[in-house]
Amino acid sequence: MNNIILIPMILPILAGVLLIFLRTYGRLQAWTSIAVMAVVAAAAVYLLNAIQTDGILRIDFGGWTPPFGISFVADSFAVLLVLTSSVVTVICLLHALVSTDKELVTMYFYPTVLFLIAGINGSFLSGDIFNLFVCFEVMLLSSYILLTLGGSKRQLREAIKYVSINIVSSWFFLIAIAYLYGAVGTLNFAHLSVRVAENGQEPLLTTISIVFLIVFSLKAGLLLYFWLPGSYSSPPVVTSALFGALLTKVGIYAMFRMFTLVFYHEPETTHNIIAVMAVLTLIGGSIGAIAHNDIRQIAAYNVVIAVGFILTGLAIATPDAIEGAIFYLLHDMVVKALLFLLIGTIILLTGTAQIGKMSGIIQNYPILGWSFFIAMLSLAGIPPLSGFVGKVLLSQGAIDSGSYLLLAIALGSSLFVLYSMLKIFKNCFWGETIVSKDDQVPLRRGFLVPCLLLVALTIGIGLGAEGLSAYVSDAADTLLNPQVYIDAVLTEDFQ
Amino acid sequence: MESLIIILVGVLSTVAFYLLLSRNIVRVILGTAILSHAAHLMILAMGGLKIGSAPLLGEEAETYVDALPQALILTAIVISFAVTAFILVLAYRAYQELGTDDLEEMRGTDNE
Repeated sequence: MNNIILIPMILPILAGVLLIFLRTYGRLQAWTSIAVMAVVAAAAVYLLNAIQTDGILRIDFGGWTPPFGISFVADSFAVLLVLTSSVVTVICLLHALVSTDKELVTMYFYPTVLFLIAGINGSFLSGDIFNLFVCFEVMLLSSYILLTLGGSKRQLREAIKYVSINIVSSWFFLIAIAYLYGAVGTLNFAHLSVRVAENGQEPLLTTISIVFLIVFSLKAGLLLYFWLPGSYSSPPVVTSALFGALLTKVGIYAMFRMFTLVFYHEPETTHNIIAVMAVLTLIGGSIGAIAHNDIRQIAAYNVVIAVGFILTGLAIATPDAIEGAIFYLLHDMVVKALLFLLIGTIILLTGTAQIGKMSGIIQNYPILGWSFFIAMLSLAGIPPLSGFVGKVLLSQGAIDSGSYLLLAIALGSSLFVLYSMLKIFKNCFWGETIVSKDDQVPLRRGFLVPCLLLVALTIGIGLGAEGLSAYVSDAADTLLNPQVYIDAVLTEDFQ
Repeated sequence: MESLIIILVGVLSTVAFYLLLSRNIVRVILGTAILSHAAHLMILAMGGLKIGSAPLLGEEAETYVDALPQALILTAIVISFAVTAFILVLAYRAYQELGTDDLEEMRGTDNE
């Protein structure tokens, strides 16, 4: 029964390999991918419920029990992320049905997306750090391909930066793994946690943890986000939606895992560094979001702000704050996909990304306009939409622990998010319309349906937060009590 | 022996970062290739270097070498091979499209 843990990674890979042989059948590829991702989402729902009754699940490859061999571990935190990313992917692929060029489809767009998802889900489920590295690389290689697919000058230019920076960060990852292995002699997360707790987190281990922090910050865009706006704003609409919704989240996940399960003994050093980095990210992201006039850049800087916001939750590390951060993480996946799809659709319809060149679109496309309005409110954290719950819980945690400065900056950034979104809304949607009703490009239903699904999802998460909170608080419990995770993975002899 | 290897790792990393910081994209790619070798050597050294013994051959084996770093390196080599192949193709394609292999000239403008 535990074999189901493998589905989120193995099924997309198998389907992706199969689809390579069907490159000319565009629609067949699209529907197969959507079906596969729907199955993955269903498996994640099943796993999530199984975890609530049976505790953390795991599967050992080849029957080698941890800490030997490699294993997949499914706790609530990981499976919630697998579930959200699969659902978001299904919806993005529905958008891809109409928005992706034929040329892209025959160049293996769908298989690459499936490999990307396999890498992302694999990263969430990995039970040891080297497997995490491998899954990271699967994800990154697919993202390199997706970023360059289409081959425009802008894409190629950004891809060179993106690939180079990721190669360097992968090098740091390998070096950090080598140091960690040299220092404690194991790579399994649970075993690492036990060994680090036994020896005490010495300065040497804290230094190693900071190397890991640099690696994951580069992937997540925490402070080291200079590569992010360019590469997230250049590819086609569905690709940038997938990037904006999912890629940085894997880095955030890895940071949560490392700094709650393994390196949680020296919060004065590590968590304070995270707090400072989060604050700088919030400030830098806010400045970027209000400074730009290209709507793709504004959206990309909003990704940066969200990363900073979620990581303040990790820095505060009270139960409420962690729960809030998880809620916000789930919300952010949904709403960033929505934002990027809407912005991509606007660009497809108007043919420009500059705020100054558009006006009055809401008169031509009212539903699109109101979807954007809801996305804006959700991003700013207005109840009853999904952003609200996370912000409230995180604020509560911040007040309990007395981190008022962090709280002020985190909530201040919401105002900048709202301002940057209002700037788009006011300039692009309001005002005199520039195209008459007769001349306007018809908005195909295929563009709108995925956006409306995501709007429904953001309202649904906001209203159904009560139902979701059981899973989220279980996830936060596991993160805050490493022993739960260790008990589920290791036998008595190794504890 | 380990110390010697670690110094070698340091030298390789220095060379690699020097190449990475140059403007020519081919040199950057060579830099990434050397960088990955430095990392692999580092992992090998971390497992401890021993001469003349095999990986674990059973519970009663007298000496054995830690097999895990070698497994890790093998995986990492495959990955770095794929990434290097990709970035070489990317550089060639970018050269065709943009007409330059100089990173300084590739910056371009924001609004195009």
